Amino acid sequence: MTDEELRKAVLTALASVAPELDEAALAPGKSFRDQLDIDSMDFLNYVIALHEALRIEIPEADQRHLTTINDAVAYLRRRLSQPTGS
Amino acid sequence: MSATSYREAVRAALRDALARDPRVFLMGEDVGRYGGSYACSKGLLDEFGPERIRDTPLSEAGFVGAGIGAALGGMRPIVEIMTVNFSLLALDQIVNNAATIRHMSGGQFNIPLVIRMATGAGRQLAAQHSHSFEGWYAHVPGIRVVAPATLDDARGMLWTAIEDPNPVVIFEHATLYNLEGDLPEGAGAVDIDRARVRRAGRDVSLIAYGGSLHKAMTAADRLSAEGVEAEVIDLRSLRPIDDATIMASVRKTHRAVVVDEGWRTGSLAAEVSARITEQAFYDLDAPVARVCTEEVPIPYPKHLEDAALPQPEKIVTSTKALMGSHA
Amino acid sequence: MPEFRMPSLGADMEAGILVEWLKKPGERVSRGDVIAVVETQKGAIEIEVFQPGTIERQMVQPGQKVAVGAPMALIRGEGEAAGAAPAPAAPAAPIPAPPAALGPAAGRVSPAARRRATELGLDLAGLLGSGPGGAVGLADVEAAAARRTQPAAAMREVIGAAMARSKREIPHYYLGHTVDLEPALLWLEAENLKRPVAERMLYGVLLLKAVALALHEYPEFNGVWSGGRFQPSEQINPGVAVSLRQGGLIAPSINGADRLTLPQLMAALRDLVRRARVGGLRSSELSDSTITVTSLGEQGSESVYPVIYPPQVAIVGFGAVATRPWVVDGAIAPRRVIVSSLAADHRVSDGHRGARFLAAITARLREPDRL
Repeated sequence: MTDEELRKAVLTALASVAPELDEAALAPGKSFRDQLDIDSMDFLNYVIALHEALRIEIPEADQRHLTTINDAVAYLRRRLSQPTGS
Repeated sequence: MSATSYREAVRAALRDALARDPRVFLMGEDVGRYGGSYACSKGLLDEFGPERIRDTPLSEAGFVGAGIGAALGGMRPIVEIMTVNFSLLALDQIVNNAATIRHMSGGQFNIPLVIRMATGAGRQLAAQHSHSFEGWYAHVPGIRVVAPATLDDARGMLWTAIEDPNPVVIFEHATLYNLEGDLPEGAGAVDIDRARVRRAGRDVSLIAYGGSLHKAMTAADRLSAEGVEAEVIDLRSLRPIDDATIMASVRKTHRAVVVDEGWRTGSLAAEVSARITEQAFYDLDAPVARVCTEEVPIPYPKHLEDAALPQPEKIVTSTKALMGSHA
Repeated sequence: MPEFRMPSLGADMEAGILVEWLKKPGERVSRGDVIAVVETQKGAIEIEVFQPGTIERQMVQPGQKVAVGAPMALIRGEGEAAGAAPAPAAPAAPIPAPPAALGPAAGRVSPAARRRATELGLDLAGLLGSGPGGAVGLADVEAAAARRTQPAAAMREVIGAAMARSKREIPHYYLGHTVDLEPALLWLEAENLKRPVAERMLYGVLLLKAVALALHEYPEFNGVWSGGRFQPSEQINPGVAVSLRQGGLIAPSINGADRLTLPQLMAALRDLVRRARVGGLRSSELSDSTITVTSLGEQGSESVYPVIYPPQVAIVGFGAVATRPWVVDGAIAPRRVIVSSLAADHRVSDGHRGARFLAAITARLREPDRL
């Protein structure tokens, strides 16, 4: 998947917990938890949405890489280029 | 201010017109010696004499035709047709002569005629004597149609109608003659082309005329007790209709109920409703409702007559149905 | 034949708008079945029947506003004869019939409402109508816009009224305790490693379960104040404070939380939060709470001094998890700690018992595998 497609996937997963999300106003390098008032339940649902959309396991320890758009895209690019199962 | 009645106001208007202009005269069945079938011309024969107050034979087509002729000849006749029910016998004169001579003569002749008629139901006079044909007359180009519903209008519309160079038909609802109220001492002529807001409100526009105006006002009071503030409009002029006043109201309230004692089908209410749709569609929050007489010949027994005619309760119910669950 | 009446779904509710019927005349219902969806200031709520029977007649149409206590349907109980309905009230004076039968109200919007919605940039989809025939009218559009820009407005009133009442009537006392959450969090991380992401658990369920279990030994914090006295509850139904995306707060309960396993509790919590945020809560979930638990989560402050939600008699709060220097076996070590707080009704309990209740919660959090 291209970075653009990954970015879209991240934004879609985010929008599923924060429907009022305005893409243009979201700073990609900053934690969106602050920008969007997302609590731990929302964050978990967002991670689950990513897992279901991209069909990859996301260990709990890796969740800290998913807190900004840029970090999330970088993490997902790394994970998706690895062979499945790792 | 003095306490008086609608009937007294009509009589005062007649006296005033007769006194002001020698071309004015009153003609109709029982208007002279009897004093008028509704007592509107009581005492006028004594005051103005038989040339000015003329009893006619029982022939509407005849004396309305004579009135048209007199008007053509330069007089200012006031023709009294006892009730709108009998005017059907003069319909040809009114529609085919009075309304058309100016047009057919290319503007050479005016018919400055005033026809006064009692109208409406509510006194158990049964099917043939209880009609409300204001809507039929308002349909005809070439005549003006007015419906005074208040003492001010009963007193003031006649002179303005006489001054109009075209035929004017004045409808006096028979149940209004006994209406009591106050008139200022110097009460005089009023306009005959504007509608008037009789009660301001913000939730619904109740549009009525003639005998139905007071039912609409009663309904408005009842609605107010339930938190619905109705604006009541008295049409006053039925041809032409004052669209501007109606639309300004509907733009404010977004809902309209038209009250008309004619039958629903092809009624004046239908005309008002169509105009609202044409001119204020995007301001409407609900369909325009009509409260009219049931589609039956007017019954004789009181309870059936009451059930057939528009009533305040029906106006209230119709209004609440328009409000959905906001009422 | 028993009438099913509009339930009260909150202390200050006066009326609700029927959105839709979920059961039709002729259908059998059991106790607990959801019969209809009602729109209130708190959002759309599913209402349940408490008597089994067969729906005989619906007396209210979708779009109609119904006062609390007003009859909505007739439900024929087992063994009752059919058609034993009371005669309907005689209709008022006949009104002119509306022209031609109108279809279902869905999708009908008045011209004025449609124009206003365009002006406001409001999406009409899914808007509920309270105009004639269930059509969407100006008032519905204005209300939706107000909810959108000031979504908490109506809810804020309800919360405000309840909180004012609470502070007026309930003599609160407050206790706090800092809990070393490190063992519990480590245990949870190990547990979550074994679980697929969709079954991952949040530490909030540990807090909830610890409170629920501790109530077994401290029943004076579990129940309601009613009729001038404390009525303890046999069931443990903690209300979970859920913040809503556009502002506002709601605290639906997870009934019998003490008897659910942690995974079950997590699933129930996820479901509850989802339904609270989209408006699918059931009336019993709003009216059955016996205590409330409020957690500020990661972005909250260190501690919370909560306000009891009447008619409950206690509320347990948890601040944000913070890493602090702690003393472990005589040495300083960084530990993730959390401040637990209790606000309780002094008419029912006192500080001594309150402190022991908090201690019991702390003790249970030290042994997460036994939760």
